[in-house]
Amino acid sequence: MLEMDPAVERLKTGFEKFKTEVYDQKPDLFEPLKAHQSPKYMVFACADSRVCPSVTLGLEPGEAFTVRNIAAMVPCYCKNKHTGVGSAIEYAVCALKVEFIVVIGHSRCGGIKALLNLKDGADDTFHFVEDWVRIGYPARKKVKDECSEMPFEEQCGVLEKEAVNVSLQNLSTYPFVKEAVAN
Amino acid sequence: PSIHPSHLFPFPFRRPPFDSMDAAVERLKTGFEKFKTEVYDKKPDFFEPLKAGQAPKYMVFACADSRVCPSVTLGLEPGEAFTIRNIANMVPSYCKNKYAGVGSAIEYAVCALKVEVIVVIGHSRCGGIKALLSLKDGADDSFHFVEDWVRIGFPAKKKVQTECASMPFDDQCTVLEKEAVNVSLQNLLTYPFVKEGVSNGTLKLVGGHYDF
Repeated sequence: MLEMDPAVERLKTGFEKFKTEVYDQKPDLFEPLKAHQSPKYMVFACADSRVCPSVTLGLEPGEAFTVRNIAAMVPCYCKNKHTGVGSAIEYAVCALKVEFIVVIGHSRCGGIKALLNLKDGADDTFHFVEDWVRIGYPARKKVKDECSEMPFEEQCGVLEKEAVNVSLQNLSTYPFVKEAVAN
Repeated sequence: PSIHPSHLFPFPFRRPPFDSMDAAVERLKTGFEKFKTEVYDKKPDFFEPLKAGQAPKYMVFACADSRVCPSVTLGLEPGEAFTIRNIANMVPSYCKNKYAGVGSAIEYAVCALKVEVIVVIGHSRCGGIKALLSLKDGADDSFHFVEDWVRIGFPAKKKVQTECASMPFDDQCTVLEKEAVNVSLQNLLTYPFVKEGVSNGTLKLVGGHYDF
């Protein structure tokens, strides 16, 4: 039975621990959150299991509206291809009125490594992964141009940061972001 | 400046804005320092192996809502769960053109990381689900993106409107939060690598709902 599956049990145990050790201990934090959220931050972080921003940035429940995807990427505004990210930014900025959008990359990022490994002209090996990480292509180009002497791993380190810069640039292609930044 | 507990302010609550960009950044730096000294430095045996690689057993889809981080609500530790968060924790059907974000994450989790369980967890008071239930057939979208995204859950909305027609709106939302998870679980099977894993018994799909 699925209910007795150890993988499911572990989730139930984890929830119980949260309930008794965190939720029940902090009614002043959790009670108001029942009615609504008013986070000051929107955070983009990688889906990597090691880099949850609630953990790494010590963010409490209610503080940050958080999107996680491969390599913490923000693509340019596109109603056809990128409704997932677009809807999240739109909701955060227009409905929740967050004040601060954070894009945080990380070391040893598999998505960034895949971006650096792309071979121009070669067929994609994945259904989706190369297509997604190509969002960071301008950063890859910059790193290949400016850091050609560096070892691959060091280039990855630079690319992790340059890709964040590309995402920050891409944020301003969303008119509601551009407007709020200007204001 | 500090983070003000919301219960000190009258409803409808608007927390005071950051005094400055610096204050907003300071808060993140402080949060990171706290993590470093109180968590990271205290558990070298835990964090050292994670430097080399990750081998999570779980992939988790959770909502972007600030109140429902699954690391918190499910007590998941670093290294345990490859986690995607989007509005209303939606998994759309396989589509190379429209949904590379979700597709790439599922593909990486299943094919590269070889996760064993995919969890889709919804939650109470979900704004995205409320938006889905509020969609008016035939009306223009009021957002650039939001309606289009939550429409992924349209089969669930239809089911709820048919089967729960006499329920109050809030109760319908609660049912829809769960039915939308079911739609996402179904949609997972449109990814061939997921379907294969489920058939082989190497991958399990689990749905959940966090009621706060």
